[in-house]
Amino acid sequence: MARVVVDVMLKPEILDPQGKAVHGALDRLGFDGVASVRQGKRFEIELDGTATPERVAEIERAASTLLSNPVIEDFALRVEP
Amino acid sequence: MTIGVVTFPGSLDDGDAARAVRVAGGDAVRLWHGDADLRGVDAVVLPGGFSYGDYLRCGAIARFAPIMEPLIRAAHGGMPVLGICNGFQVLCEAHLLPGALVRNDHRKFVCRDQRLRIENASTAWTSSYQKDQEIVIPLKNGEGGYVADEATLDRLETDGRVVARYLDVNPNGSYRDIAGVTNERGNVVGLMPHPEHAVEELTGPGTDGLGFFASVLESLVAA
Repeated sequence: MARVVVDVMLKPEILDPQGKAVHGALDRLGFDGVASVRQGKRFEIELDGTATPERVAEIERAASTLLSNPVIEDFALRVEP
Repeated sequence: MTIGVVTFPGSLDDGDAARAVRVAGGDAVRLWHGDADLRGVDAVVLPGGFSYGDYLRCGAIARFAPIMEPLIRAAHGGMPVLGICNGFQVLCEAHLLPGALVRNDHRKFVCRDQRLRIENASTAWTSSYQKDQEIVIPLKNGEGGYVADEATLDRLETDGRVVARYLDVNPNGSYRDIAGVTNERGNVVGLMPHPEHAVEELTGPGTDGLGFFASVLESLVAA
């Protein structure tokens, strides 16, 4: 069974209030030296069978339509061995 | 004239939207997200709330509900569609409107009576207002920050497609104080504040919201 991992992040120019809140909490807890935090999403997609190029292309289409919104987010996809 | 109001799992303001349609003199038809059928309505309101629990992104799952297929087709054909709050998010996710709505910059849910300026009074949903008329209607959102790239924002401004702009304060970090936008044709409008909560003196800050529903009824009669 193959696994495809899709990481979704807000585009750099889009403000990330959640990341800022996490950054603030890190500071309060004494975790020094953190310059910034951006929070994203990770999808782990298990496939039935092997990750053929066709099926990876399908997941790529899912990533650009449902899993991410191209107006505000970028995604990165990788097939895990 | 019949105005459809879609109920998604997690919609909250569908009842008030239907009521606003009736107060304005129209017939409200309740539509179910799981039916790929607009039941012959003349226009549609996508109401506020938290469709599908705001999972994934606000409006992202609702955008693929069965009702959206005929709705997107009808919107491209010129049928008036108003998305309020979560409905605005659904319209952006469906790419019927440009841009997107993101978490409020101050990270808190905001609920206030909000002053707005109606900057485009020629859409299907704003024609009963005067251009630059100021109105007060409730605003309540956690993810109401309107964002788009600079080129898109410039185009919206140039084409007069900013329907409403926040006055006094920017309540959620929306770029250029944008509270609502329309498509090129002016039949699809997305608005973050809630006109359906301001249609009767008893229950809102006034009746300034009624114009959205009166506008579409007038535009349908005229069509």
